[in-house]
Amino acid sequence: MTKKNASTFIPKFVDLSRRSMLSLGGKGILSAGAVALLSGSETLALVNPASADEMNEDVQFLNAALGAEQEAIAAYQVGAESGLLGKSALDLAVQFQGHHKEHATLLAKTVTQLGGKAVAPKMDYHFPVEKLKTEADVLGFAASLEKGAVSAYLGAVPLFTNRDLAQAAASILGDEAMHWAVLRSALGQNPVPSAFMS
Amino acid sequence: MFRASLIAIIFWLSPLMASSADSDRGARLYGRCTGCHSLDYDRTGPRHCGLIGRKAGAVPGFVYSSAMKNSSILWSVQTLDVFLQNPRAFMPGNRMPYAGIKNNQDRADLIAFLVAANDDPKQCAQP
Ligand code: HEC
Repeated sequence: MTKKNASTFIPKFVDLSRRSMLSLGGKGILSAGAVALLSGSETLALVNPASADEMNEDVQFLNAALGAEQEAIAAYQVGAESGLLGKSALDLAVQFQGHHKEHATLLAKTVTQLGGKAVAPKMDYHFPVEKLKTEADVLGFAASLEKGAVSAYLGAVPLFTNRDLAQAAASILGDEAMHWAVLRSALGQNPVPSAFMS
Repeated sequence: MFRASLIAIIFWLSPLMASSADSDRGARLYGRCTGCHSLDYDRTGPRHCGLIGRKAGAVPGFVYSSAMKNSSILWSVQTLDVFLQNPRAFMPGNRMPYAGIKNNQDRADLIAFLVAANDDPKQCAQP
């Protein structure tokens, strides 16, 4: 299997090139003001500040999601370095951390493309390391983070002004729900305990 | 006629007046928030210990939106109920990316959990 870099994986629907934005048109996608900002003309944006606000909101939502992804990356690092994981659990942790890195790359790139400033990872995170004593503890901790992330994306999807961003968030949500199920399965729990996520 | 509408209003209000808010169920519902929040430390969102009775946007060291920081909201069962139903409508410009909890009972239970945890020494070590 060849190794692909993160950008190869960026789904087509988050192509934020100016052309795709313009062609989508209409309210609920990117507003005229936002498109003007992207193309470097700020006159329109000033005439229509509400549109810039809408875009600004999307950027803030993306940055909140990015912050949560960075936390997950750091958490998997703690898990992987804990020495508590056997081979198969470690493989999962490394693979899932890789996915979170791809999510973070995509989110940061999108924030920049929308004219925002991507948040930087925190210097240190507060993790319950004192409670992580076995492989199951680490997997359970990872599962709780994945579940939290799914709920967070679920709560954010309806808010994006740009429907492409809502779709991208849903795509990430699907991936993280799979992580959650696989981790639960590895813990011997019912991998899919209910028909709906909340 | 008058009596019928009064009864209708009471029925309509009853979920809000329900004294049967279940904080244990609320603890599970809090799982919707723990992607970003914890009770006792700041993450993507600010800590929730001590929330009840605190001014919005007042956790020291947490960087809030100006909408949240400059609002004059005091968090209580009532203000949380309106906020959590639709955070964006209640406080435009806040940057909590969460659409809201539409179900009245879910909100009541979740808030009951936040109230119970608020200054519980087991869950909220320092005030
Ligand atoms: C995707 C991340 C995310 C999720 C999920 C989330 N929040 Fe938040 N929350 C935030 C952020 C970020 C802020 C700060 C908002 C601001 O500064 O405008 C915040 C602020 C708040 C505040 C104001 C706190 C203060 O100190 O004034 C409350 C109350 C709150 N959230 C409750 C909740 C509850 C209850 C849930 C679950 C139903 C929830 N949040 C889900 C990110 C989130």
